[in-house]
Amino acid sequence: MSSHEYTPSSKFGKWFNDRLPLLTLANHLTDYPTPKNLNYWWTFGGILTFCLITQIITGLVLAMHYIAHADLAFGSVEHIMRDVNYGWLIRYVHANGASMFFLAVYIHIFRALYYGSYKSPREIIWIIGMLIYFLMMATAFLGYVLPWGQMSFWGATVITNLFSAIPLVGESITHWLWGGYSVDNPTLTRFFSLHYLFPFLILGLVILHIWALHVPGNNNPIGIDIKKPSNDTVPFHPYIVIKDIFALLIFLIIFAFFVFFSPNILGHSDNYIEANPLVTPAHIVPEWYLLPFYAILRSIPDKLLGVIAMFAAIFVLVILPWLDTSKVRSALFRPIYKQFYWFLVADVLILGYMGAMPAEGIYLLVARVATAYYFIHFLIILPILGRKERTLDVPLSITEPVLGGMPNPSMAKAKSDKVKINSLG
Amino acid sequence: MKKLLKIYLTTIFLTLSIQNITYSAGENSPLLKQDWSFKSFFGTFDRASLQRGYQVYTEVCASCHSLKYVSYRNLAEKGGPEFSIEQAKAIASNFEVTDGPNNDGEMFTRPAKLSDKFVMPYANDQEAKLSNGGAYPPDMSVLVKARAGGADYIYSVILGYEDPPEGMKLDDGVYYNKYMYGNKIKMPPQLYDDLVTYADGTPATPEQMAKDITTFLAWTAEPKLEERHKFGFRAIIYLIILTILVYFSMKRIWSRIETKV
Repeated sequence: MSSHEYTPSSKFGKWFNDRLPLLTLANHLTDYPTPKNLNYWWTFGGILTFCLITQIITGLVLAMHYIAHADLAFGSVEHIMRDVNYGWLIRYVHANGASMFFLAVYIHIFRALYYGSYKSPREIIWIIGMLIYFLMMATAFLGYVLPWGQMSFWGATVITNLFSAIPLVGESITHWLWGGYSVDNPTLTRFFSLHYLFPFLILGLVILHIWALHVPGNNNPIGIDIKKPSNDTVPFHPYIVIKDIFALLIFLIIFAFFVFFSPNILGHSDNYIEANPLVTPAHIVPEWYLLPFYAILRSIPDKLLGVIAMFAAIFVLVILPWLDTSKVRSALFRPIYKQFYWFLVADVLILGYMGAMPAEGIYLLVARVATAYYFIHFLIILPILGRKERTLDVPLSITEPVLGGMPNPSMAKAKSDKVKINSLG
Repeated sequence: MKKLLKIYLTTIFLTLSIQNITYSAGENSPLLKQDWSFKSFFGTFDRASLQRGYQVYTEVCASCHSLKYVSYRNLAEKGGPEFSIEQAKAIASNFEVTDGPNNDGEMFTRPAKLSDKFVMPYANDQEAKLSNGGAYPPDMSVLVKARAGGADYIYSVILGYEDPPEGMKLDDGVYYNKYMYGNKIKMPPQLYDDLVTYADGTPATPEQMAKDITTFLAWTAEPKLEERHKFGFRAIIYLIILTILVYFSMKRIWSRIETKV
C-alpha cells in the first residue's frame, strides 16, 4: 500500500473521493510498489484474470443461444456452431478457454510452490487461491455437462455417484443432486444454473485474493520481505502492466492456435455423440485438468476412501502453509526442497497420465505409488525438511544481493557473498 | 523468456500426448491415412470433392443416415460445396417435408425449401432401428468429430470390410471390419465400382467415393472450417505484430531503471 496520502487534484475529484474513495483505489493500484525482480512466472496472475473475464463474456453470449434441456441442449450447441454469427468462435474460445485457464492456474500454483508464496504472511492469499481453484474445477465440470454429449452425461454420472459413497445419507444426497433417480433433465438445468453462478463467486474471490495480496505485497523470486516503496520496487504502472500485457499476448498466441487450428484436440470425440443413457462409452475420462485427481480417486480400492483421498489431495494444499515448516521461502535457497519440488511436479504429471489410462495392471500400480508419494511429499517430507534442511544464505535486499539475511528482516544477519541470484525466468 | 516458452511447449506437448494416448486406445489396425486438403493451417475443402461427396451421400448414405443439423441452404454457402442458389433450391425441392398446421388445422406436405433441414430417412429412432436389424444408423452431421481418428477413421471404416479371421463367428447381419471399434459392424459394405456416376467424369472407384463422402462429412461436421482458418491466420499475424510492438515499448519503459525485464 502506498504510504503517502492521495489527494485528487480537481475539486470534483476531491468531493467524489471523500464520499467514495474510488480514486484512492485507482491511485493505489497504479502506484502499488512491486518487487522489480519478478520474473515471467509472476505474469500468470494477470493472465488468469484475463481468462476469467474471457470465460464470463463468452459464456454470457453462449447462454443467450444455448437451451438447457436434455432433448435440445446438444442441438442448440450445433445451432451455435452453424447458425449463430461467429458462434463457432465464441464456443471454441469458451471451450479451449477452460483448458487455457487451467494451464495458467497450474503454472500459477506451481510458481507459488517453488517460491514459497504461500508462507507467512500470505497464508490467506493462498487459501483463497485454493478456494478459487476448487470452484474452478467445479465450474469446469458443470460446464462440461452442458453440451449433453456422451462424456457430459457419463462424466456427470460418475462424479455425482461419488457422493453415494457417503455413509447413510449418500444415496439421498445423490438423488437430491440429480433431481431424480438418474442424471436427467433436472440435473442438466440445475447444472446450467450453477455453472452460471460459480464464475461470479470466483470473481468475488479473485477480488479478495488481490486485496489480500496488496496487504503484504508480492512475494518475489528471492522470497525476502522488501521495504516498500524502495530501490527494490517499481510502481505497478507502467512497469508491471506492460510486462503483464506482453506475457498475456504470448499466451494469447498459443490460445489462438488451439482455437483456430485444433479446437477439438483437448476435448473428447465422444462428446460429439449426443448423450445416451443406454450406451456407456468404453472409457469414461474427465477433461485433462482433472486427471491427477481422477487417478488418486481410482487408485484407492474403497469408494469412500477414494473420495476422501481425492478431497484430501486438495485439502493438504490448503493447509500447506503449516505443513512446510521452513522459514526460507524461495526454493532458490533450499537446495534439497528444490529437488523434492521437481519430484512433485513429475509425480503430478505421472498421476495425470495414469488418470487417462484404464485403472488396471501396471497403470493402477504406478498410480498407487504416485498417490502415496503425493501425500508423503506434503505430510512427511515438507514438515521434516523444513526443520532439517541447511538453507543457503538469503540476501537482504534485491539491489544488494551480497548481504546474507533471512526472509524476516528482523532475523537478518550480515553474511559473506555466497549466493548467486538467479531465477527461472 | 526462453524458459517461459520452453515450459509452455513442454506442457502443451505433454497434454497433447496424454490426449492422443487416451483417445486412440483400441487394438485395431492403424488407419488408412489420407492427405486431406482441409487439414493444414491454410486448409480448405476440395470443392469438387464436396459436390461429389454430396452426390454419394444422397445416392448411397441418405437412405439410412440422417444429417439433421444441416440445411439445404448450407449447400450454397461459402466454404461448403458452393452449389449455386438455383442448384441448391432444385436439390431441396426434390424432398417433401411435413409442415403445418394450416388454417384448417391440418398438417400438409410441401417441397423442401432452402431454409429446411435435410429430410430425415426415418420418422424416429425406433423405425430406424427396426429397418436396420436393431442397429441405429448414426446421424452423420458431426460424425467426423465424434470418432477418434476423425476423417481417416471414417474413410478407413468405409473401406475396411474383410472376411473375418479364422475361427471368428459372426451373427447374421454383422460384418467384419478391420478398423471398426471391436471389428464388428452392422452396416453392410456399401461401395463398389461405378456405384454412382459422377457428373464431372471422375472414375467412381470405392477409394474415390470414400474420399469424397468423407470430405463431405468433414464439411458437415465443421462447416465454418475455412472461415476459421482464414480468421485464425489473420488473428495470429495481428497478435504477433502487437506482441513485437509491446515488447519494444516494454524494453523502452524498463530502460528508465537499471533492472532488466
